[in-house]
Amino acid sequence: MESSDPIFVVIKKGSLHFLHGFLPEWTVVLVSILLSITAIAIFGPVTMMYLTWLERKVVGRMQNRWGPNRVGIFGLLQPIADGIKMLTKEDIVPRNADKVTHFLAPVMVVIPALLVFSVIPFGRGMAAVNLNVGLLFFLAISTLTTIAIFMGSWGSRNKFSLLGGMRAVAQMVSYEIPMVMSVVPVILATGTLSTVAIVEAQLGGKWFIFTPWGFFAAIVFFLCGVAEVNRTPFDLPEGESEIIAGFHTEYSGMKFALFYMAEFMSAFAISGLTVTLFLGGWGGPVLPSWAWFLLKTYALIFIMIWFRGTLPRFRVDQLMGFAWKLLLPFTLLNIFVAALWQILPAPKNLLVSGIAEAVILMIVFFAARKDSPTKRTYIFAD
Amino acid sequence: MFGFGVLKGMSVTLWYFILSYINPKKGITTVQYPEQKKEVQERFRNFPFLVYENTPDNMRCVACDICAKECPPKCIYIIPEKDEQGRIQKKPAVFDIDFAICMNCGICEEVCPFDAIFMDHDYELSEYDRLSDLMYQRDDLLKPLEHFAKIRPTDCAVIEDKRAAKGVKGRAQTPPPAAAPLSAGPAQPPAT
Amino acid sequence: MSESALHPVETQLLEVSIGPQHPSTHGVFRMNVVLDGETIVKLKPVMGYLHRNHEQLAENMSYLGSMPYTDRLDYICSMTNNFAYALAVEKLSGIDVPERAQYIRVLMAELTRLVNHTLLVGFLLNDLGAFFTPVLYAFREREKILDLFEAVAGSRMMCNYFRFGGVKADLPAGAMDKVKEIVNNYPRFLDEFERLLTGNEILRSRCQNVGILSKELAVNASITGPMLRAAGVNYDIRKVEKYGIYDRFEFKVPLGKVGDVYDRYYVRILEMRETIKILHQILKQMPEKGEIISAKGAAAAKSPRMWKPPAGDAYGRIEAPKGELGFYLVSDGSPKPYRYHVRPPSFINLTILEDMCLGRKVADAIIILGSVDIVLGEVDR
Repeated sequence: MESSDPIFVVIKKGSLHFLHGFLPEWTVVLVSILLSITAIAIFGPVTMMYLTWLERKVVGRMQNRWGPNRVGIFGLLQPIADGIKMLTKEDIVPRNADKVTHFLAPVMVVIPALLVFSVIPFGRGMAAVNLNVGLLFFLAISTLTTIAIFMGSWGSRNKFSLLGGMRAVAQMVSYEIPMVMSVVPVILATGTLSTVAIVEAQLGGKWFIFTPWGFFAAIVFFLCGVAEVNRTPFDLPEGESEIIAGFHTEYSGMKFALFYMAEFMSAFAISGLTVTLFLGGWGGPVLPSWAWFLLKTYALIFIMIWFRGTLPRFRVDQLMGFAWKLLLPFTLLNIFVAALWQILPAPKNLLVSGIAEAVILMIVFFAARKDSPTKRTYIFAD
Repeated sequence: MFGFGVLKGMSVTLWYFILSYINPKKGITTVQYPEQKKEVQERFRNFPFLVYENTPDNMRCVACDICAKECPPKCIYIIPEKDEQGRIQKKPAVFDIDFAICMNCGICEEVCPFDAIFMDHDYELSEYDRLSDLMYQRDDLLKPLEHFAKIRPTDCAVIEDKRAAKGVKGRAQTPPPAAAPLSAGPAQPPAT
Repeated sequence: MSESALHPVETQLLEVSIGPQHPSTHGVFRMNVVLDGETIVKLKPVMGYLHRNHEQLAENMSYLGSMPYTDRLDYICSMTNNFAYALAVEKLSGIDVPERAQYIRVLMAELTRLVNHTLLVGFLLNDLGAFFTPVLYAFREREKILDLFEAVAGSRMMCNYFRFGGVKADLPAGAMDKVKEIVNNYPRFLDEFERLLTGNEILRSRCQNVGILSKELAVNASITGPMLRAAGVNYDIRKVEKYGIYDRFEFKVPLGKVGDVYDRYYVRILEMRETIKILHQILKQMPEKGEIISAKGAAAAKSPRMWKPPAGDAYGRIEAPKGELGFYLVSDGSPKPYRYHVRPPSFINLTILEDMCLGRKVADAIIILGSVDIVLGEVDR
């Protein structure tokens, strides 16, 4: 098992060495870049396709049914059938739509989703680009989806889409801030913005989630990530289809497939980043590093799908209230706790962190006590 | 405390998720149609059919037109048979039920005084053309008495016992009455 | 000088038709909504997309012939529709109902109440966005009751089971065991549902204090059913008029205090628990054998197109799961009714929709509509 750990690295190095024999120097660099890009470009959409399969199966099992199982064994060919369906659909553009915006929006949504894959370390030495500002790159690029969604809703020239798009922008902007703030303790602890270095700082079982600030920061980061990706319970922009069909009403066929693809790839990317920052990245005892990474990421994706199968969605004003009134002060408190933790002389093991977490939880609940809904009583008459 | 309601709810769905793997019989409630079909209950009523005793010629229906008159959406159309002299026989020449109109209420079965029409169990009757393929004629509707006994044993037993107790005989045992008018009551064997 | 700086921002009202093709089930129903930003300023419901001319059809048909059509009014609770119509005709013509038939009728009506409330709770949560999970759990329980209906009446939803003076056929062998099984499993399902939903903070924050209906407004607008009881008014036709044999059963009527969506949802869950109590009592008290249709009723069922009730009029009403369902019949002594009118609870409960929705957001309008519990077959007839 240990020997299969660097397998992808070995493949890449081997092929480059082979090409080095008969190609000039500068083309080898180009080929190396192209190999990484190809790997991501294959991995991204395939992941997205099988994420849709996984979601349908898991939600189906939660609802006492099988999920797709007709197309291929266990329904494994279902995503391919869906892909063929989407490709062969007629591409409808509304007559008065702003054609350039309408066309560019799905493309612009997919590009950031793919770009952020380049800084996630999939395994030991398997980050496509080892940027020393990797984390900043991720957070900055993922905000580009906001403008792309607004382009989509504006370009459709539809009252409903516009309303949905505005809500989407409001939601995404207001959840950016707690997301970034919850990452600050990690930077405090490791002193670097590079994702590869952050994973290496957590090797040996010292995952950040075991510390009190890491526990809360992970939860906040994950919730904000779910909100960024527009998944339940924060899926107002796309799922509020009871009233407004969302910003992707007027898109059909391949363009809709691109929006869908971007959503799932972002979901994977956010889970991957949570794993990198808080759950120890690719560290783990027996299995190869990339297997650990995939395992942890899919565990978080399972939690996202679990949310989707269970929870109703928030209303718009409650959503914003949640972000601004609850999550943001919490992250500020978290930074303070992280700073304390760094300078505290007490031993930094699980027991101490557990106690600290319990103390913080009690303070928070005590402060928010009057906000929690009251129990109602009902009269029984004859 | 805030957040615990959500977690409790999530534990329910997680439990069903796990149950669907460890005990699929209890965890999964769907039926893989068309490989597995759910058994219909005995009294299930779908569309009507006419009963005959031994050969399709021995149908119990005497074309009294009561079911056609009682049918709420008026989907039954009956023309009685006429012999060479133009006298009305106690047999339908045309018995059309338009399945596109029939609403499976079962009133025709209830009001038939001759136990000739009953509700069938077959529900896989899709056709491509609504107007011509869904109009079932007399010969499509005839099915043997054994079919009725197979699909609805208790009801069949009760009805057959009642007929035997009243002494009602089937068509094969009674010669067709010579010039019996149609508006008379139930067919009685001619007094011998 | 500074007037131009203080020029007020001009806004426009947005008129939107939450159209007949609703993703949120409930049927073909349309609301013309005028929005100011996100807030609702005016709401006008438009109905009639499912009008099937039920009342006129009944004037051309015998009394028994329109019994299958009453199934299709509130197509989820067909047994209670039949019950109300049978009551009206029995009042008109003075037919009595034997003992066992009375028990069977109440059994079917209460099982229908369970069916309806289960479905409503599931779909209310679907409107909230919980992606069909509560719907499928609710349907799983509902299937067992529908299988029982199929065994007894012949059809799962369009039962056509009640006759004037009794019921069409006796319960088959094994039906009472099935009822016992259903009644024993239901509390566990309700507990599980409550664990999934009632404590859920998202549900609470979305449903509480939304769509408040005050007592005075409810009574003035002739709202009936669980909506009225959630507003706090103690009016249940089973207790007021005691039709059938409801006076032999001990059950309480749950009332809400605030009258918002959460109260309506919770009052229905409490009503389901009371219904289970009634079912337990039926199981104990029901006579083993008995007639299932009285002599006069059997005569009416034998030849429906020749049965003539006496001239006069009658209004028969029951506590249907959605409210007060009433049938008003005027007879002139012929086999066909002279006038046949249905008082549909969903239609009358919908008249108050605008008052409940003013000032709320669009998302609230959807769940308020869901909590009114309409079925378009009844609204449009």
